[in-house]
Amino acid sequence: MNNILNQIGIENYIFLSVILFCIGVFGVLYRRNAIIVFMSIEIMLNAVNLLFVAFSTYHQDAQGQVFVFFSMAVAAAEVAVGLAILVSIFRNMDTIDVGNLKNLKG
Amino acid sequence: MIRIPDFANATPIQIIFCVLAVITLFTAFMTIYSRKPMHSAIYLLICFTSITGHYLLLNSQFLAMVNLIVYIGAIMILIVFTIMLMNLNKENEVYKPRITRLGAIVTFCLMCLVLIAMFINSKPIVGEYTTTGEDYQSIKVLGKVLLNEYMVPFEFASVLLLVAMIGAVLLSKKEKTTK
Repeated sequence: MNNILNQIGIENYIFLSVILFCIGVFGVLYRRNAIIVFMSIEIMLNAVNLLFVAFSTYHQDAQGQVFVFFSMAVAAAEVAVGLAILVSIFRNMDTIDVGNLKNLKG
Repeated sequence: MIRIPDFANATPIQIIFCVLAVITLFTAFMTIYSRKPMHSAIYLLICFTSITGHYLLLNSQFLAMVNLIVYIGAIMILIVFTIMLMNLNKENEVYKPRITRLGAIVTFCLMCLVLIAMFINSKPIVGEYTTTGEDYQSIKVLGKVLLNEYMVPFEFASVLLLVAMIGAVLLSKKEKTTK
């Protein structure tokens, strides 16, 4: 089986992942809605996962894919806990605007 | 060195990659840009699906299926249910002040510039890629690697998921003391 990277090139995957990661950072900085911030974090995680798989193919090694598997498990746990926190914030404050969460400000 | 793909005689795989990449980037941007959270969720779903397409293109079938099940099946359902549960599908979100938004855009451009420049100037990648011909990404091989070398992290992942489940139930339970 010939290597798929012969036709595409690893650098195109690197650029795609970098731009996807930067879009995620942009979303975290740009929006105030906490759910959108959450989705941006998911986009960043996916960008890194994609790069892991690309490099796993580049080195012809299974370890990168195992790492992606673990990062997916952590992402699932993170989303479950984070959305539960969002629900309880919404119950207490009637908003999930991150600009309003400033009770800890001195 | 960067190899600029020639679009005149691109192979089908290059065309598929370009289409998938454009879909991924566009829907990721629309996730952030669209006003309604539900539209953002739908765009994010398309983004994850196209990333699954990338995994299939790289011939990693196991991760493509796991991505399909975990991200599109589980995480998106959670997000969509939360949006509907909190009745958040309104467009009354106040934007951040203009200076903050400008700062976000500048940060985006600078980060793209710095990271891409860094990867361009890092160690150049040789043009030819080695192919050992050895099977390294089928479910059989991945299962052996996962349960031989990564046995302990694998078990800890299950503990982590259990703790996350208990934590989510505890956090979202209604408190009875605040009547």
